[in-house]
Formats: sequence, structure tokens, C-alpha cells
Amino acid sequence: MDTTVVNTDANDKVWSGGNKPLNASYGKMMMWFFIVSDALTFSGFLAAYGFSRFKFIESWPIADEVFTHVPFLHGQEHPMIYVAFMTFILIMSSVTMVLAVDAGHHMNKAKVTIYMFLTIIGGAIFVGSQAWEWKTFITGDHGAVQTKGGNILQFVNAEGHRVKLADFVTAGTHERVQQERKNGLWFVSEGSLPTYTIQEVVAGFEAHPELSIRTQLLDEHGHKTILPRAEALKQLKNNGKKVVEGANLHENEYGVPLFADFFFFITGFHGFHVFSGVIINIIIFFNVILGTYERRGSYEMVEKVGLYWHFVDLVWVFVFTFFYLV
Amino acid sequence: MAHGHNLAILRGTVKFKSVTQKIWGVLILLTIITAVEVILGIYKPESLKGHFIGMKILNWIFILLTIVKAYYITWDFMHMRDEKASLRRMVVWTAIFLICYLVFILLQEGGYIDTVYRDGFIKHDF
Repeated sequence: MDTTVVNTDANDKVWSGGNKPLNASYGKMMMWFFIVSDALTFSGFLAAYGFSRFKFIESWPIADEVFTHVPFLHGQEHPMIYVAFMTFILIMSSVTMVLAVDAGHHMNKAKVTIYMFLTIIGGAIFVGSQAWEWKTFITGDHGAVQTKGGNILQFVNAEGHRVKLADFVTAGTHERVQQERKNGLWFVSEGSLPTYTIQEVVAGFEAHPELSIRTQLLDEHGHKTILPRAEALKQLKNNGKKVVEGANLHENEYGVPLFADFFFFITGFHGFHVFSGVIINIIIFFNVILGTYERRGSYEMVEKVGLYWHFVDLVWVFVFTFFYLV
Repeated sequence: MAHGHNLAILRGTVKFKSVTQKIWGVLILLTIITAVEVILGIYKPESLKGHFIGMKILNWIFILLTIVKAYYITWDFMHMRDEKASLRRMVVWTAIFLICYLVFILLQEGGYIDTVYRDGFIKHDF
């Protein structure tokens, strides 16, 4: 504990990193402060997600049934595979980042350059994958009907597998057109109309006696409840209100709209962090190439941006668990 | 940064010769944990579906494995292992304490609202 005495002579430089109270430079410590506060922000989001989930514990969508898509494998269901790939990419880019930091300790400019470049590539692949995941989620795949109470009715065949609306509904001629700001009151507009009207869905359902309906409710085994045919028809006719395709902030063909809201908000906020991380990495990458840190005599800047990058990975580990696994 | 690196993980059972080797070692560990999570997530074994303190045992396993992963990312990738104990405690305990409080209060109240719906005081399926 001799540090207190030794460091007093550096007091005049205490705000410019001259003094190192915890043996960490000013910049690194501030990065840690930022990370702690950002970690609390993310835990606020994830805890709010947990709150809503416990609130709808009996009807929350099953993530394995929502995120089943893998690029280039159309129509096949592979839950977890793509998101596992994304997780691996992000961990891998964390590894190249820490290798860049290590190379920086050895003042090895060539190696820092290569590893920073690989980190940027990894980040870009991750952001791209997330964009694809969003696109798939927004488009949806089967379509469903929303009831007056805002619950979702999904269509299943005799084996209990989900059926696409397109497989049993025939679209008629629609007179209803999408209301835009230009063809009515300038402050009133609506989103794009679904492919089918509710009447067409009811007609299609009546024409296919093998179909039934799955509600949001989970049974004791954690599967969604499937209604008997007669009850399904009654539900659809009496309560069916509108056709839902895909997910947005108001409606979600997979179940509770809050699921979609949290998905967009949390993965969006995380994706924004990854995106800004990539931008910062690119700036640092060019500084490395230009020899800024070589002249400065220390690659500590790489270390600081590395801390941020690992934090982004750390958050993803939790998002992965709470959105896709639990 | 000239301070020394601690090159042992898993409480000293695995020791590495260099920082680079340790990084790859930690990558292998994280990959194994992720693989276990993904396999459990795909197959969801029936034996792990029992309930324990309000959640499935499987979910507790996922959360535990996540915390293990978070530990290695922070300790080895973010070099927490090599920082002073005071900095480490300042960062880690602040976060853990506040997060535990937040999670407890929100999950508790979420469960309460579920019982309000379930007991039929408010109708949300009509």
C-alpha cells in the first residue's frame, strides 16, 4: 500500500490519466464505468422482458417455433441452429479482438492490423445475420388470425403441424384498398393490408375439415393447446377479427405482441451496439494502419475499444439465453 | 501495460504457457458450453422439465451456464483477472447487487399480475 505516497507527486495530472488509483488508466476506468451503466440498462430491458413473460407465463410464444429459419434452407425447420451460428461468430470476433489487444502489448503493428480486420468482419457478419433474422420475423411464415381480445389463433392440420394461410385460403377480389395519407385525411393512414380477409379465411377453414386451431395457451407439457374442430370453428366465426401476417410492434402472428416488441427493442438495441462497435473498430483499424499508436508508444486505445467489444459479446450471451433458450 | 498475466483458468487446473494459448483455451471452453446449451435447447430432455423455485430445472441450467460464460468473457477476454481486486469488486459487485434487486422485484410482480389474470379479476381472453 505504498501507492498513496508514491503517487502524490502526480496529483497535478490526475484528470489526464497521470494518476492511476486502481492501477488502471483514466480511459480504461471510464470505459469500465460506462460498461457497468450500460450493463444495468440491458438488465433493465431483460428484466422487463422477464416481467412480461411471467405476466403471460401461460401463453408466451415458444421461441423454438418462432426462430426456425436458416438462410438457403427454405421451408425447413431448424430451431437454434442459426442463432448458435451467430453466437459463435460473435465469440470468435471477441477472440480476434483479444488477440489484437495481445499483439498490441507486443507492439506488433502487422498482427494488430490483421486481427482488427477480422474483428470488423465478424461484427459485420453478425449485424447482417441479425438483419436477416429481423426480416424473417417481420415477414412471418404461416399467418394467423387475431381475436377481438387480441389473442392469436393459429391453424394446424390433423397431425398438429402448423399450416400456412396460403395453403387453404383462396383470395377473392378485394374492394378494400390500403388507406394512405394522399387518399383521405392527411393525418390518417394504415399499414399494408393482409393478403386475405377474415371472411376468406373462415370460408377456407370451412372447406378443409381436417384443419383445426391452436390457441396461445400452453398446456401442462408446455405445448400449445389445440381446439377440437367444432370449437375451433365457433372461435373463428365469433371472435376472429383480423388476419395477421408476420410481426410488428402492434401485432404478432406467433402470439403475444409484447414478445415482438421486446424482440425488436432488445435485439435492436444490442444490434445498434454491435453496429457502433464496428464503426469504432473501423476508426481504430485505420489509426492502427496510419501508425498513430505506434507513434504514441502504446496500443491502449485498442484495449479500450476491445473492452467495449467484449461487452457487446457479453450482452449477446444473455440475450441468447433469455430470448432463445429459456 | 506491463503488468503480469495470470495464465491459469478453472481455479488453476488448466495452465497455459502464453496469453495467446489461454485465449484459444477459453474459446474452446466457451464453445463447449454454447454447444451444450444448443443441444439442450434443441432436445429439451423430459427429465429436466421438473420445477424448481418457480422455473424449470432446464432454465436454471441455461442461466447457470450463461453466468459461467459471462465469467470467462469478463475475466479472460476483458482481462478482469489481471486487474486489481479493488477495480474488480467495484465493477462486479455493483452490477450484481443492482441486477439482483431489479430482477427480483420485476419477476415477483410479473408473477403477481399472472395470478390476477388467472383468478379472473381481469379478463384477457374474450
